[in-house]
Parts: sequence; C-alpha cells; structure tokens
Amino acid sequence: MTENQIIPDLRIRLYKSMVLTRKFEEKIMDLSQEPGRMPGMQILANGQEAVATGMVSALEPEDVIISNHRSHGHLLARGADLNSLMAEIMAKETGVNGGKAGTLHLSVPDLNVLMTSTVVGAGPPLALGAAFAQQYKKTTGITVVFFGDGAAAEGSVHEAMNLAGVWKLPLLFVCENNCWAGAQRPEEHCATPHIFQRAKGYDMPGRSVDGNDVEAVYNLGVELVEYCRSGKGPALMEALTYRMRGHGEQDRQHYVDPKELESWAAKCPILGYRQKLLDGGVLNQAQIQAIDQDAEARVAAAAAFGDESPYPGPETVLTDVFVQPPSA
Amino acid sequence: MSEKTFGQALNEALTIAMEIDKNVFIAGEGVGVSIHQDPNTATHGLLEKFGRRRVKDTPVSEAAIAGLALGASCMGLRPVVEIMFFPFITLASDMLVNHAGKLRYMSGGKSSFPLTVRVRAGLGFGAGSQHSQNLESWIAHSPGLKIVWPATPEDAKGLLLSAIFDPDPVIVVEDMMLNQMPGDVPTGDVRTPLGKARLVSPGTDCTLVAYGTALYTVMEALKPLGEQGISCEVIDLRSLVPLDKACILDSVRKTGRLVVVHEANRFCGFGAELAAMVADEAFDALKGPVKRVGAPQIPVPTAPPHENIFKPGPEEVVTAVREAMGK
Repeated sequence: MTENQIIPDLRIRLYKSMVLTRKFEEKIMDLSQEPGRMPGMQILANGQEAVATGMVSALEPEDVIISNHRSHGHLLARGADLNSLMAEIMAKETGVNGGKAGTLHLSVPDLNVLMTSTVVGAGPPLALGAAFAQQYKKTTGITVVFFGDGAAAEGSVHEAMNLAGVWKLPLLFVCENNCWAGAQRPEEHCATPHIFQRAKGYDMPGRSVDGNDVEAVYNLGVELVEYCRSGKGPALMEALTYRMRGHGEQDRQHYVDPKELESWAAKCPILGYRQKLLDGGVLNQAQIQAIDQDAEARVAAAAAFGDESPYPGPETVLTDVFVQPPSA
Repeated sequence: MSEKTFGQALNEALTIAMEIDKNVFIAGEGVGVSIHQDPNTATHGLLEKFGRRRVKDTPVSEAAIAGLALGASCMGLRPVVEIMFFPFITLASDMLVNHAGKLRYMSGGKSSFPLTVRVRAGLGFGAGSQHSQNLESWIAHSPGLKIVWPATPEDAKGLLLSAIFDPDPVIVVEDMMLNQMPGDVPTGDVRTPLGKARLVSPGTDCTLVAYGTALYTVMEALKPLGEQGISCEVIDLRSLVPLDKACILDSVRKTGRLVVVHEANRFCGFGAELAAMVADEAFDALKGPVKRVGAPQIPVPTAPPHENIFKPGPEEVVTAVREAMGK
C-alpha cells in the first residue's frame, strides 16, 4: 500500500484517535497532580501517539495485541470504552478489570487486547504463545506485541524472537523506540543504535519507521501485518519516537536536556498531522476544533464516571485467583 | 488395571489427554526427539504418534517455553510444557510467578490460563545442585499456581490428567528417582483429584506426611518404628496446592503428633507451613513437638557420600518420630 491509498476517512480516524489519546493522557496527568486521585505509577505515552494509532489501525479485529506500560494509546486505538478504561486506571469497581488491574495491567480480552505485562520484556514470550495458538488453530489472525527500546535488552525478547523465527509464527514485534529506558539513553543500554537490524539474526524482516508520522507507521504496519498473515513468519518494526513524559508522573526528567524536549515537541505527531490535513483540505479549522472539543468532552465524562465510581469492596479482594479455587 | 512404570504412566496420561482433546499440545527441550531412548520417559514415542504439529521440540529457552504455554492457554489451548530439571524453573519463573499466577487476578477474572508445567525433580543421581534442587516451596508461596507431586504410577497418571484438564496453571513435579518404579495403573481416563491427600497406612501414635520419593523413605522407617512399638499413620500429600488440610488435621487430632518429611531444605521448606498450620489449628490435640525432616541449608552436593548426608534417610525419620514421642 502506498501513502496515497489512504482515504480521507481513514486520515480523519487516525487524527481523531491520536487526539483522543493525547487528551485522555493529559487528563491523567492533571489528575495525577492531585493526591489520592490516581493510584500507582501513571506511565504515559505523550508524544508516541502515532505509533499506537498507526499500528493498531492497521490490524483486523481478530488480531491479538499484547501491550506494556504505555498501553493507553493501544487500547484507545482499539476502541476500548473510555469510561471503564479511565475507571480501571483509577482502580475503581466499574473498571474494565474490576479495579484489579490499575493502569499497569490493563487487559480487554473482548477486544483481543489479551494481556499487558509491565515486567519489562515479558510481552514477547507471552505473544509467542498467542501467535502459536493462531498458527495451531489455523486462524488468519496475527499477534502484535509492543515493547520498548529498554525491553529490547531483556533476554526474554531474544528467546521469543528466536523461537518465532524458528516456527515462523504470525507475530509482529513492534519496538517503540522512545529514546529512553528509565533515565538511560540508547547508547548506554543498546550495543547497536538500530534495534530493527537484529531481525536479521532471527530470519525475519526488520524495518524502521518515523514513529511520529502516523501514516508512515500505518503503511508499514499494513505491509508487515500482511507479511505475518501470509504465513511467512514474524517481522520486526522499529518505530523511532520520543518519550515526552518521564517514567511515571513523579519523574521530573531532571536528566533530560530541556532543549531536546523542545525539539521533539516541535516534531509532535499530532501537530504535524493536523497541519498536513489542513494543508491538504481534509479538515478545516472548525472541524479541528470540533474534534478537540468532542475528545475533551468524552474524556471529561470518563473522568467523572471514574470519580463517581466506588473502589472495589472487600468482597472481591480474595476472588479471581483461580477459576477453580482450592476449597479452604 | 495394568502394571506400568511411573514413566509409562505419565506417558499414558499425555497420550490420553492428546487423544481426547485436540487443544492439548506438548512442548519443551527434547519432548519430541530426546537424547534418551528410554521408553520410561513421559514423552517417549509421542512425536511418532501425534506428529510435529502437536509435539514441539523447542530451543533451550525456558522463558519462551513458559511464555508459549501462557499465551497459548489464554487463547484456548491446553499446553503441557516440560522444564527439564527443577532448578531450571528459575529461568521460567518470571512467566510462571509474575504472569501465570497473577494475570487472571489482575484481569478481574476475565482471563484464564489452563496450562501444565511438567518439571523433573530428584536427588541421588550425582548431578549436583544445578540439576537437583527441589523448589516446591517457592512455587507454593506464589499465589495463583497449583502444584502436585505424585509418588505412585497410578497418581502420576491421575494427577497429570487432572492437571492438564484443570482450568488453572498447575506444576506437576515428576520425581526422576521414581521413573522406573512399577505399579498398578487403572486403564483409561482415570484422574486423581487435585487437593486430595492419600492415607497410605493407618496408625495411632504419630502422623507422618511426605510426598514424592520421601514417601518411600518414610515407608522404610515404619519397620524399625514398629519394632519399637510405635504405630505411625502415613499420608502421601500428593497435592501441595490445593492442600488437603482436613486429611492432615483429622490425622493429627487422632495421633496427637506430626512429622513432615521432604527432600527439600528444611529451612523455609513446605514442612514449615504444615507445622505452622497444625500449631494454628490443632494445637489442643498435640501431645508432642511437631518435627520436620529435610535437607540441610546447603546446595545439593555432588559426591555420593555428601549427597547421602544431604538426603533425609529413614534413620532421621525414626529419630524425629521418637523425639515427637518424647523418647
């Protein structure tokens, strides 16, 4: 697929999805400033919206997603319900996982967002199993696993890539290289600057893409998804982007040069795409404004829903460990 | 009923499970083509019978093997994966402890993981501590995981079948020292329920609880104990999680004494949990101190005389029972 095959409707969808993700996470940022509103660590993907939106939009509903710390964009692009997502992030009873996941362990099996692991690098071996099941059952679905440049240093990622290569599993590895692993830069944790080049060692195609260009991510996503779906085996996409927030909202990013943040802010995937759509006559200013307002209203409603929801009661604290619990 | 070795009984369980459910597959290092050609191994001949689609030899990648089981089970398959030696489970432990045991809870009950991990355990073959170390208390301590440990061919088959068709993650420990042991095994899909201990022999003075090979150490001690006029009730635990508390408590309420025997280190071993449980829930019935027989707090030694010292023997069981009796 080439860029000019992206129809205007899809362009608007991509744009709306990125805006919604940005507004959703900005709301979490605001709420995180108020003590007690947001439990745990809120690890956000501001600046990385184009990767989540572009990649997830290239999937079919039957495809499986395995996510990580920065999962909100993946879930929203998949069409997760805002209210139950926000409530879950607040660890409320009405959350999509009954308040037992919080932001770090979100899963929406109904949407095939099967699991989120926040043990860095644990997603790829889990994804291996999902992709194996798809191959075993001879379905046409594929599995996509999102992981970061930091996770690429975990041994489990290598094990998963190797086995996926040996068994030719329908598994797309998507490395969201956001230039930071905690407070460490790539040159401190990655022997090669290009993670996609590792694909060669596992006999799969490895491609790099500008992760702040949503259409570029979408187009490469479509191409690699098709490759995996055709039965040829796994593939690796490295999307180069930038982490605008720290590792959690308590992280003040004292280790980041403010000039670097400014330069990446200028490359904001949403601002850039907005201008492109305005220039191309796909959207006008009034429509842009309406999209912003709609996203803000939906996010505000979700936050209110979360606020009004109770925490889970003591009656569920001991449940859901086993399907068939031991009789005490 | 027919006579089979422990290993053949495991093999029969895998065969039956694969025959009755097309979602069952097996994977691990050498589960298809093994360096051993021993017909007493659990996976012997399964590749020929079921083919490469369902019998998957893997790279030497324990994290990937466990991840494979986890992801596939969440997608509706029933994986049975093998970890070659118990100490190697540490390489798979992130997938088991942080994922298999937790993800159902954290999904709010939306996901389930009906996977089985077969792990081969045992002391006494001189391989040293990186191939011999029993880590059952690590697993039992981790929420969301079940763990069973058969001691007879009948239970090897029955517990493995129950584990495969249980809706939750189950670790099945297979004692390699028992692999050649023959015994009567019921024909067909006959399962041993999880969470049910077995009363091996009744007695009146002291309850002895053991699992796996340690059960036979206990059985060896019965004769000298009998000669000293001490009557012991022996329980084969079979299942650590879920735990058959009632069976142990009922027995201790009858005998008033408890000795737990296992081959793992005594310190923080599973016996400590049983001792504490009895102290909590049957203190009034106790007539003497609860004793634990286990290994010293050292890595499993290699030299045969050292390994013999490490592994609890019948004499230690006799001593422990006498101490429990105040003798």
